[in-house]
Amino acid sequence: MERIPILRMGDFLLVTVQVEMHDQLALNLQEDLADRISATAARGVLIDISALEIVDSFIGRMIANISGLSKIMDAQTVLVGMQPAVAITLVELGLNLPGVATALNVDRGMQLLRHSVQQQ
Amino acid sequence: MKVTDKGTRPIRTEQDIVLARQACRKLAQDCGLRLVAQTKLVTAVSELARNTLVYGGGGDLDWEMLEDGVRRGIRIVFSDEGPGIPDLQLAMTEGWTSGGGLGLGLTGAKRLVNEFDLETAPGKGTRISITQWT
Repeated sequence: MERIPILRMGDFLLVTVQVEMHDQLALNLQEDLADRISATAARGVLIDISALEIVDSFIGRMIANISGLSKIMDAQTVLVGMQPAVAITLVELGLNLPGVATALNVDRGMQLLRHSVQQQ
Repeated sequence: MKVTDKGTRPIRTEQDIVLARQACRKLAQDCGLRLVAQTKLVTAVSELARNTLVYGGGGDLDWEMLEDGVRRGIRIVFSDEGPGIPDLQLAMTEGWTSGGGLGLGLTGAKRLVNEFDLETAPGKGTRISITQWT
């Protein structure tokens, strides 16, 4: 079965979505991330969607779910790299991703994660 | 208004949703839509193709390239022979969902395109037409 790779960087997990996101792939990612957070005791998850050309309500819901479940598992999620056209479309669609932390790029996202771990 | 090209694609599997998105992106580029208009159209296609599959039990996507004076456009029609939408007003309510979704599919898709037209009747299937102009 097709899967999106999850890399470990110290206390954090890094997910770079490089392929066209179909629904089953999104569901697999959600399950895989929950397993990996549990197995590695990760404190943060960084999801890079800079290669995604659209985010529809299904993918948006998956992102919100991942953010919610990682919070329950004591890890913070940061979504990075959203293309401007995707951001404009998401807001118009009515999907504001409440509760999902975002950053402009991977560097800023990592800063955000490190900062929030230090504060705890 | 004249139709310069047209075609059809099946919406029968989850993979077809991805293929429909890719095909419509290509059409939108050929049509000369700007990036934001392309992204909105492709996102609407993704929402509606999923509805066709999940609620309509599968169906077809028919597309037409349009020319109307100086402006060009794409019309995409999703049709299925599923159960139809029993309460259209309810289905077009923001945030309402009959499935496990967010309830943004229909209302969201409508906001993303220039024209949106929906015909449905219980037991008669559903036909949704969307158009995006340059």
